[in-house]
Amino acid sequence: MAFEGLADRLQGTIKKITGKGKVSEQDVKEMTREVRLALLEADVNFKVVKDLIKRIKERAIGQDVLEGLNPGQQVIKVVKEELTDLMGGEQSKIAVANKPPTVIMMVGLQGAGKTTTTGKLANNLRKNYNRNPMLVAADVYRPAAINQLETLGKQLDMPVFSQGTDANPVDIAKQAIEQAKEDHRDYVIIDTAGRLHVDEGLMDELQQIKDTVNPDEIFLVVDAMTGQDAVNVAESFDDQLDISGVVLTKLDGDTRGGAALSIKAVTGKPIKFAGMGEKLDQLEAFHPDRMASRILGMGDVLSLIEKAETQVDEKKAKEMEQKMRDMSFTFEDFLEQMSQVRNMGPLDEIMNMMPGANKMKGMKNMQLDEKQIDHVEAIIQSMTKEERVDPNIMNASRKKRIAKGSGTSVAQVNRLLKQFNEMKKMMKQMMGGKKGKKKGGLNLPFM
Amino acid sequence: MGFFQKLKDKISNQTDQVTDKFKDGMSKTRDSFTSKVNDLVARYRKVDEEFFEDLEEVLISADVGVETVMTLIEELEMEVKRRNIQEPEAVKEVISEKLVDIYYDDDDESIETLNLNEDGLSVILTVGVNGVGKTTTIGKLAHRLKQEGKSVLLAAGDTFRAGAIDQLDVWGERTGIDVIKHNEGSDPAAVIYDGIQAAKSRDVDVLICDTAGRLQNKVNLMNELAKVKKVISREIDGAPHETLLVLDATTGQNALSQAKTFKDATDVSGIVLTKLDGTARGGIVLAIRHELDIPVKFVGLGEQVEDLQPFDAHQFVYGLFGDLIKNDSHE
Repeated sequence: MAFEGLADRLQGTIKKITGKGKVSEQDVKEMTREVRLALLEADVNFKVVKDLIKRIKERAIGQDVLEGLNPGQQVIKVVKEELTDLMGGEQSKIAVANKPPTVIMMVGLQGAGKTTTTGKLANNLRKNYNRNPMLVAADVYRPAAINQLETLGKQLDMPVFSQGTDANPVDIAKQAIEQAKEDHRDYVIIDTAGRLHVDEGLMDELQQIKDTVNPDEIFLVVDAMTGQDAVNVAESFDDQLDISGVVLTKLDGDTRGGAALSIKAVTGKPIKFAGMGEKLDQLEAFHPDRMASRILGMGDVLSLIEKAETQVDEKKAKEMEQKMRDMSFTFEDFLEQMSQVRNMGPLDEIMNMMPGANKMKGMKNMQLDEKQIDHVEAIIQSMTKEERVDPNIMNASRKKRIAKGSGTSVAQVNRLLKQFNEMKKMMKQMMGGKKGKKKGGLNLPFM
Repeated sequence: MGFFQKLKDKISNQTDQVTDKFKDGMSKTRDSFTSKVNDLVARYRKVDEEFFEDLEEVLISADVGVETVMTLIEELEMEVKRRNIQEPEAVKEVISEKLVDIYYDDDDESIETLNLNEDGLSVILTVGVNGVGKTTTIGKLAHRLKQEGKSVLLAAGDTFRAGAIDQLDVWGERTGIDVIKHNEGSDPAAVIYDGIQAAKSRDVDVLICDTAGRLQNKVNLMNELAKVKKVISREIDGAPHETLLVLDATTGQNALSQAKTFKDATDVSGIVLTKLDGTARGGIVLAIRHELDIPVKFVGLGEQVEDLQPFDAHQFVYGLFGDLIKNDSHE
């Protein structure tokens, strides 16, 4: 029942075929079996998995092994590329109508998160595109759905159009658009009731709303935890409404999210946004490449390497290594290194990319706090050049000044100084290549 | 006696109304599943490796889960060999037998009912991730208990989601049951504490507590839930008598992780499987029962107040294989 990632699953197979120059049919067969299981465990629909595996086999067999990769990694590379291809590129643009208002319709099953996403989307449109959206409460069925949207409207200070629960959703939508024109609102987002894709009556109602308001976008909102049924849901909604995009919600959970792949495969429609939390600013552009890694659950070595290559200047890295060796590593260097790491992406994501990182003791439940890193950065930036190079000159009044300048406390400054010293010692040990004391592991100041 | 006969006997003991409700509710599920199995059976003339591979896919498409499916297929292969079954038609029966087996293991094959305190106040706590249908389930459950002649009180412990309190309030009005509530954003433990005090002083039979949906990997929110549970246990010995985890039938393998984490935090005693009236099959409950020993107590089969039915694995399998059983009886 262990929630194994692909990397772990493949380890045994990879070991066996390391050192070969070509990937043989048998290698691929063994590897694709593991890939298949990993995808199924991630809730990717079995039909989608079948097609994918077929393509992977065709591509992987007989390939020359690239320099720097072992055959196992080579197959992973093919898998990753196929997945990323299937997922498509990043597309988080929202349509703009020639004549305002632009109309967006939100549809989906019960409990997918339509109402919350409606609020988030409106917030996004205002914040990032300077738009003036109006929200429309067309869910007249679920108890208090209108109240929920009205509460969100209040939180966002945005108008919500509603006519109570006795009105017909088609009429509500129609009149909402008239109202939006009058009020010069440039976006109208219609929150519809959750419904089963097999409920003909309610699906007809959506069709009618669509025919009446002629929306510029129809977003299907799907729970990222959805299982095999995701294909049926997506297919039905797409067949009947010709959706324009998908919003995947609850991605801040620990689901692998194979539904994303299934939906993309059966509808061909882009997944545009991802819901990443319960707050109204937690709607993000969807990153297909990150999703591919997540579904596979593989410590994504390849993309980590790619990222590292583009971010870290090799010459600088050599210099840094030398500094670590002779212990002349300063706060100045540390700051630079930190910014390089941060350029690679959010820290927890980088941690996710390291194979085995989630197996390390205590790592699993560790919640990396970006704020803490901000503090560390602020403290270092409040030091003078002199202090950064030689922290030994630090005295009480300097520490006080630094704490004040960085908005932290003297205790925090002290902690950082202590950790920095320990880190330097540790680095020396590691660089010196001496085995022996392995106590505690590397204790980076921001962990 | 064949297994199908046994299944039919079991079910004929139930009131027809319940069985029909269950059957109708699961018709979408059954149609897709049965036709797949029938297709499969029709396509093969003998039971061979390919047959099992296809069967594996049918089961995986029901969200039964890779690991459980592998175990099941292995056992099936052995069983088929042992009984020397050649005809794919005959395998159908073995499949449903094994499915029921996985669910019950060695346990007594009875319907699991709610653990309620027969003389005095019983507290039911409902938990689950966002959007699974906790509040709706509470409305239906309250109605059900009231129909049984019990006095019920609700506590609006979801103080986080916009409109959640109003939503429970509407259910209270529909069912004629009082709701204890605070303002949005207040401490859920405090609401539930007040709910308990009110339930004691009004001398009601059952208090059902709503909680905010939370993803199981949010450590702080799970701690909050553990605290809510502690408050309940502190106020009444042996409470909560029932902690129900509400699961969405459309959820895939993550449901197992949900069951595990919620069990750790609140010692879940039963599951309510919702939204089973769609095409999703909720096969993951087999794995959950098998691995974590949490029984399914109710299933949600629609949006009406009566659409909550007790779960019976025999019925569940009957729902999946109902049409097959009919065919069988014609022979």
